[in-house]
Amino acid sequence: MHPLLTPINRFGLYLLAWVPLAGILTYLIAVPGKLGWLDAAVLIIPLCLVYQFVCLSAWYSCKAAPIQKSTGQRLWLTHVIAAAILSLLWVLLARLLAYGLSQMLAFQGLDLRLASQLSVLFGAGFLLYLLSVASHYVILAIEDSSKAEARLQETSLLARDAELKALKAQVNPHFLFNSLNSISALTSVDPAKAREMCILLAEFLRMTLGLGEKASVPLSEELSLLHRYLAIEKVRFGARLQMEEDIPEETKSVQLPPLLLQPLVENAVAHGIANLPDGGRVRLSGQSRDARISLAIENTFDPDSTPMRKSGLGLKNVRDRLEARYGKEASMRVSAENGNFRVELSFPADIEEVKR
Amino acid sequence: MSKKDEKRITALIVDDEDLARLVLRELTQTHPEIEVVAECGNGFEAVKAVAEHKPDLIFLDVQMPKLSGFDVLELIGTDTPVIFVTAYDQYAMRAFEVHAVDYLLKPIGRDRFEAALERAKSRLGEKMPAAPELAAAARPPKQFLERFVVRDGTRVTLIPAAKLDYAEAQDDYVALASEGKKHLKQQTIASLEACLDPERFVRVHRSYIVNFERVVRIEPYGKDSRLAILADGTRLPVSRTGYARLKTLLDQRT
Repeated sequence: MHPLLTPINRFGLYLLAWVPLAGILTYLIAVPGKLGWLDAAVLIIPLCLVYQFVCLSAWYSCKAAPIQKSTGQRLWLTHVIAAAILSLLWVLLARLLAYGLSQMLAFQGLDLRLASQLSVLFGAGFLLYLLSVASHYVILAIEDSSKAEARLQETSLLARDAELKALKAQVNPHFLFNSLNSISALTSVDPAKAREMCILLAEFLRMTLGLGEKASVPLSEELSLLHRYLAIEKVRFGARLQMEEDIPEETKSVQLPPLLLQPLVENAVAHGIANLPDGGRVRLSGQSRDARISLAIENTFDPDSTPMRKSGLGLKNVRDRLEARYGKEASMRVSAENGNFRVELSFPADIEEVKR
Repeated sequence: MSKKDEKRITALIVDDEDLARLVLRELTQTHPEIEVVAECGNGFEAVKAVAEHKPDLIFLDVQMPKLSGFDVLELIGTDTPVIFVTAYDQYAMRAFEVHAVDYLLKPIGRDRFEAALERAKSRLGEKMPAAPELAAAARPPKQFLERFVVRDGTRVTLIPAAKLDYAEAQDDYVALASEGKKHLKQQTIASLEACLDPERFVRVHRSYIVNFERVVRIEPYGKDSRLAILADGTRLPVSRTGYARLKTLLDQRT
């Protein structure tokens, strides 16, 4: 569909643009020649009404000859020939109209008086058509760029979606193999414990897969995943892993993106506790205030070892996900002081979302 | 028993996880010729135990706090055969394959364990590949050494790369200068250079690598050569190519 015809107010604007053009044409025809103002107006107004439709047709030739894909020579040739033919037809129409009008008493001899101005009319028609071609090319370019932008936005959205999905489905292979190794060790010394660990691991995997499907989960669900995770790591690290938790009951119904905290806790163990020969502590804490919730994950770490460097990617992912969900409403603060690594997330407490 | 005439093999188990050590101990128990002389929960203990027991064979975990398996190998030298143990580390696994080191993946299966043990036995007395090369091959691309491990007797010192002022070649050793002290380490200066971030460390001379951050100024010194003056006043010779390298780095930074 023609872009200038579809919304009716846009077509109105287009018609309005023709008013000064018609005025100029009237002036051009009336002043230098023998035509009076009335004669000129009577001719030009219907002629312009017709010609504005003719100029709209440039849209189709512009679409047929897109500026990027056609040679300059061909472009010029197409549009100049079209302009000449259409303008010629228009002049013929003007003569016909003038002849018709001259039959009326008031406009007697109009056709003769117009004769000297036909070249002006032809020139004007020619230029007006080319002007229309140029404007249509501009419109096409604008449409193209907005389309491209929309496509770009769509693809980047898709990419982020895919990334998030991959992130959610990710189970650290290190964790998996080490857990299996622990189970394999326990089978001979403590079969009951081995079975318990198998179940913990199965539950953890099932929850990871299940939670990844959802858009948001209550904090309580994320916590029970974390408890499984930490229980498994506790078997592996034994006394080296100490855990603390201080999360008020009322915050547990708050909604958050699934598996948001999990990578942070995993970092705390993998880059904190695992690097300490004598182990350390992982602490989860939370509080809600003024319809916001803040959650903190802290762990002891070894300041001399590579400074939690590998965890950079995981932190970035968490930050990206927070931003994707809450925009500027969310914040994430990371600090590493006195052997204590701390990540604090703060975002709007969203309890209503359960109903969705 | 036919095993009687077989030579006794003393072994060391090094892993920071109790359960992982347990598996290895259990697997060795069916081999009466193997005597586990010590179990170590970290790299420091391992270095000490190696000096004390001089084992014939070491089962060595790769991922351990402070000192990794590679660090331990670097500190104990290459005389003792090592079977590395790792859960999952694509780079380490490739390094083992390339350098034909025995390695076991967790969870460790009986068959795989037996095979590795056979291989290690047939190689008793053979030298291991040098640790720095192995560790370099196991490092992910574009990752450079963040710290060095040096040993003086059984005392192990860790030097973060940022605290290294310069390194000086001394025959088969390099002397690492850090905070006014020099630490000797058995490594060539070329292999050290290869592990260092070229944007922070410059080989200014055949025998010297300098931490770029420490250089305060360069002074001309005789024909064709210069001296680099470090923040603590140390003067290091700078060759012509060394000077060119310093200049390119300086241009990159400004």
